[in-house]
Amino acid sequence: MESFKMALRSIAGNKMRSFLTMLGIIIGVASVIMLVSIVSGYMNSMMESFSDMGVDQINVSVTNTASRTVDTDDFYEFLDENPETFAYLTPTATVNGRLKYGNDTMSGTSIGGYSEDYLTIKGYEMEAGRNLSYSDMAGEKRVAVMGYYTAWYMFGSAEEAIGEKIRINGNVFYVVGVVKRQDEDSLEEGGMDDFVWIPYSTAGKIARTGFMSSYIITVRDVNDADAGVTKIEDYLYSVFKDDDLYSVYANSEMLDQMNEMIGQLSMMLGGIAGISLLVAGVGVMNIMLVSVTERTREIGIRKALGARRGVIMTQFVIEAAVTSTMGGILGIIMGSVMTVLIGTAIGITCTPTFGAVLLSFGVSVGIGLIFGYMPANRAARLNPIDALRSE
Amino acid sequence: MADISIAPQDDIRAKDTPLIRLKEIYKIYQMGDETVHATDGISLDIYRGEFVAIVGKSGSGKSTLMNIIGALDVPTKGNYYIDGHDTSSMTDNELADIRNRRIGFIFQQYNLLPKLSILENVELPLLYQGVKEPERKIRAMEELEKVGLKEKAKMRPIQLSGGQQQRVSIARALASRPSLILADEPTGALDSKTSREVLDIIKKLNDEGNTIVMITHDPTIAVRARRVVRIIDGKVDFDGSAEEYGKL
Ligand SMILES: Nc1ncnc2c1ncn2[C@@H]1O[C@H](COP(=O)(O)OP(=O)(O)OP(=O)(O)O)[C@@H](O)[C@H]1O
Ligand SMILES: [Mg+2]
Repeated sequence: MESFKMALRSIAGNKMRSFLTMLGIIIGVASVIMLVSIVSGYMNSMMESFSDMGVDQINVSVTNTASRTVDTDDFYEFLDENPETFAYLTPTATVNGRLKYGNDTMSGTSIGGYSEDYLTIKGYEMEAGRNLSYSDMAGEKRVAVMGYYTAWYMFGSAEEAIGEKIRINGNVFYVVGVVKRQDEDSLEEGGMDDFVWIPYSTAGKIARTGFMSSYIITVRDVNDADAGVTKIEDYLYSVFKDDDLYSVYANSEMLDQMNEMIGQLSMMLGGIAGISLLVAGVGVMNIMLVSVTERTREIGIRKALGARRGVIMTQFVIEAAVTSTMGGILGIIMGSVMTVLIGTAIGITCTPTFGAVLLSFGVSVGIGLIFGYMPANRAARLNPIDALRSE
Repeated sequence: MADISIAPQDDIRAKDTPLIRLKEIYKIYQMGDETVHATDGISLDIYRGEFVAIVGKSGSGKSTLMNIIGALDVPTKGNYYIDGHDTSSMTDNELADIRNRRIGFIFQQYNLLPKLSILENVELPLLYQGVKEPERKIRAMEELEKVGLKEKAKMRPIQLSGGQQQRVSIARALASRPSLILADEPTGALDSKTSREVLDIIKKLNDEGNTIVMITHDPTIAVRARRVVRIIDGKVDFDGSAEEYGKL
């Protein structure tokens, strides 16, 4: 308690020196927190946009030749044979065309032909009306499901869109359903909520393409994605006998690459963080060393008055601990504030990570303690007369 | 009388056990090829209540001797007993306790801690003795009052004159109620008037029963002690009363 008071007195009595010691730690801690938190915030936002893509999806594209073909029914059959691996299937037929309602033309709306499972594959839900159905596929019905923006823009609301007539490249379709709004932040042309889905069979008929060439197949378990890819490839090879005629690609592969990249990035980050902590540590060490050398005379006087070695050590170590801790806390505050500010400025949510706070605080306070302890220990061992003589 | 030699010296301190006993004290510095005998076999007994002035030319070994007496330094050879305790077998901490409880230092350069107040400076020896807060402040204040600096208690050393600073260091030396007060050129940095004042305080301390060893190179100050020891080249050259020394 007494040594604690004495240490506080000494810190207050040497504001400049204490401040310089703290500065090193403040910069070290703040920069590590900023670095780690901002980069991990950035990685998180990247991860999020990737997971939106659907990691359970496998994209398949085939080039049908005159003699060897795989059509939608073949894929459904294949799926039925592997129920434990695969869940859903949809052909994806992009329709290049104009969407018209009355005299209005929508230019940014994406139009495509899909199966009734597309809603589930995307993980969307209906806002109004009904989803596309199997009978729509089988009967090549002229029905459409649209996105929230499209419905809102064309008809004023989801409910009002149901039953309305729209025209795609001159063909009339009836709106049977509207999907729930997806993008909470913005509702805009060409956005997530601006689309029209029609039955893939109908889309094929309009476009006069006999066979669908792109498919999305989902796996039941993301961990089976690779196995699923292999199964699909085996199946397609058995049909085409030529692996140039198809390609199979799991979205999760991209995630794997992402994870690998993040792993490397994290390691790099750790290195940079380590270096900045080291630099801060060297700064702290320097000041501690200088301050103890400067204070050898003080140590001599205290020893002459009967301070035991341990008492002197305690004083210096507490001094180092208090300065480092104060610096560490200021560093945490500064680093956190800066992290949030920078995050806001570059538009990603950055929260100071617990790990970064703990690591930087621990290391810099540790360095402060060690380099407070070592020179003080040496000085405390001096013969009092040698310490007194130093000037 | 025969008991005395075997009695534990801690408990029964016979009047004729010297407070300080130096036996063949050597302090030898090796400077490259040269060896300097700063003290060259000094033997000396100092008893309670004495006022000893140690005189000698610059470089004769006075400070070296005092540092050994003050347990600030250890001799290269020889034995030093304080109150009958052999210091040569003591640990670092035991020596610290000796300095803390038995010795009060008055340095030529005062050696006050500049960042602490006058009062806190005087408190230091008590702090290291483990005296707790209210009592420590009260006792330190009493010592400051004795040297007439009670009003300046809150000031920093630098705000005081040299003579005042030396009085603070006297108060600090007295705070732990030591059995021995060591003063190395206590008036060395002061003008003659202030020197006299400081010397008067030291003399008064001796009159009150304190044992004092004072180093000086000034014969007019030395004669104010009761006993004078003159050192030449690390050896005791003269040891007698102040009157005898005055007649030399
Ligand atoms: N740390 C040291 N290393 C080497 N030589 C030393 C050391 N300390 C003292 N000496 C030498 O020992 C001798 C005695 O020194 P000391 O300081 O005891 O003299 P002094 O009588 O106090 O002199 P002064 O009156 O100038 O204070 C000197 O020759 C000095 O050079
Ligand atoms: Mg000297």
